Amino acid sequence: MTIVLDPTNEQRPVTRQRSERSAVIDGMTVGLLDISKPRGNVFLDRLQELLEDRGFGVKRYAKPTFTKPAPADLRHQISQECNLVIEALAD
Amino acid sequence: MTSPALTSPAVELADGVVAVVKRDCPTCELVAPVLAELERRGVALTVYTQDDPAFPEGVTRLAHDEDLAVSYHHAIETVPTLLRVEAGQEVARTEGWSRPAWEQLTGIDGLGAGLPEHRPGCGSLSVDPTIADQLRVRFEGGILHARRLELASLEDEMEALFEREWTDGLPVVPPTEARVLRMLEGTHRAPDEIVAVVPPQLVPCTVEKVAINAVMAGCKPEYLPVVLAAVEAACTDTFNIHGLLCTTYFSGPLLIVNGPLAERIGMASGHNVLGQGNRANSTIGRALQLVIRNVGGGRPGRHGIDRSAFGAPSKVGWAISENEADLPAGWVPMSVEAGHPAGTDTVALFAGHGPSAVVDQLSRTAEDLIGAFVRKVSANLDLFFARRIDNMLLVIGPEHGRVFAEDGWDKARIRAELNERVFAQIGKPAPAPRWDGPAIVYAGGDAGLFSALIEGWVSGPTGSQMICHPIRTSA
Repeated sequence: MTIVLDPTNEQRPVTRQRSERSAVIDGMTVGLLDISKPRGNVFLDRLQELLEDRGFGVKRYAKPTFTKPAPADLRHQISQECNLVIEALAD
Repeated sequence: MTSPALTSPAVELADGVVAVVKRDCPTCELVAPVLAELERRGVALTVYTQDDPAFPEGVTRLAHDEDLAVSYHHAIETVPTLLRVEAGQEVARTEGWSRPAWEQLTGIDGLGAGLPEHRPGCGSLSVDPTIADQLRVRFEGGILHARRLELASLEDEMEALFEREWTDGLPVVPPTEARVLRMLEGTHRAPDEIVAVVPPQLVPCTVEKVAINAVMAGCKPEYLPVVLAAVEAACTDTFNIHGLLCTTYFSGPLLIVNGPLAERIGMASGHNVLGQGNRANSTIGRALQLVIRNVGGGRPGRHGIDRSAFGAPSKVGWAISENEADLPAGWVPMSVEAGHPAGTDTVALFAGHGPSAVVDQLSRTAEDLIGAFVRKVSANLDLFFARRIDNMLLVIGPEHGRVFAEDGWDKARIRAELNERVFAQIGKPAPAPRWDGPAIVYAGGDAGLFSALIEGWVSGPTGSQMICHPIRTSA
């Protein structure tokens, strides 16, 4: 019988409650988060047009660099200013 | 799963004279009458016997050190050992039989009439190599806090570790308590000290967890300070292991070790330096990658966050050292270029992958040879449209180094000439000189007119910047 030590972080992921989903999204403010990958703005520009045509308020945000997680302040700002967020993840 | 062992409290010794003996020792047999004589002559004597509880005869206060706790906690290496204890503290010690030493320690003259003057002792059972590890686990295992997993008797150890997804695809050394305790002897740092917060799951990682993964990677204890420093350096915002791990690009951390420690632990800097065959080179980088995998949770594949499209063989783990001993005249180690005093032990991290050959077997002057480097670097300049040179690292081999050095070019001159020519071709001013633009390491075998360019990932503040981090070898 061999006893070994656990090399992992021994943590269990926290299960977070998802915020309640609304059946109606009309009139909500949508945040568009650009992760600063090349041509992410092309995709988000088009999305903005389509959303505004349908009467949504749109706010644009960008991460300083795609290689690092979004700063906590930016995440907080988005959560305060928007009801929904769409992230352009890749180039 | 079993609960962590409790560290046994050190056993307190009675005041007076304490002897530790075993019957299976001719010197102990020889001095058995002397111990009885000490008691007869009024010495407050306690004898601990390691094997036969009835040995020696003629002693009243005789205790069986069956679990060897007394021997272990009082660091008995030889039997017989004689201690003088005052107010619970050891104040004098002698090993083996020596009439003058025993007389001095006990304050009694004329001991052991008829015995030889001196006789060396035997090894204490507590340092017997077949049980020393078990004793260390029993008495010091309490300093380890990691969860214990008991592998079933029918489980193959190696297979069990694969099945738990703790490996990088190669076998790992099972991290038993004894091996981890031995690994921890490689550092003065406490096992519960936090080394870094490891991405992507941003988990505080202790010295103990690094030691466990270093055991698995195949490291020796003397490599541990390098691994600890590498984990610290990797988890900085400057190096940004988070982004490096998550990118779809090829790269992983390349470690370059400078300073006297590299040679002391046997790292390779010569033949095949970027390849296989040297234990320190092969396992130190692997230990860092196992920490990222197991502690940080950064695993490749469909369910992992490491989504590299291709990866690279070097992502198993990659570490080299610079050949400081043979640096050409006037050249300085990379660590010195990075601002550390000469002789500092450092580990530098570069986000890169496989080597690309710089071949020039004809040039006999620095002026000619730099052309081969310019062509190679220029071909890589447009990676990520960034036109940066600090996402490349040059490993200059001894034969190329000799050609440069004979014309008086040192690393700074090579870098300056390279930057000027490369950027002139694209009509841009050369960037301000920096040690990592590009970093230059002197290494490789002494035959072969080659060097290597190591391509890197996105550099600068938006990606990963090279970092040269001191290695702590003292408390």
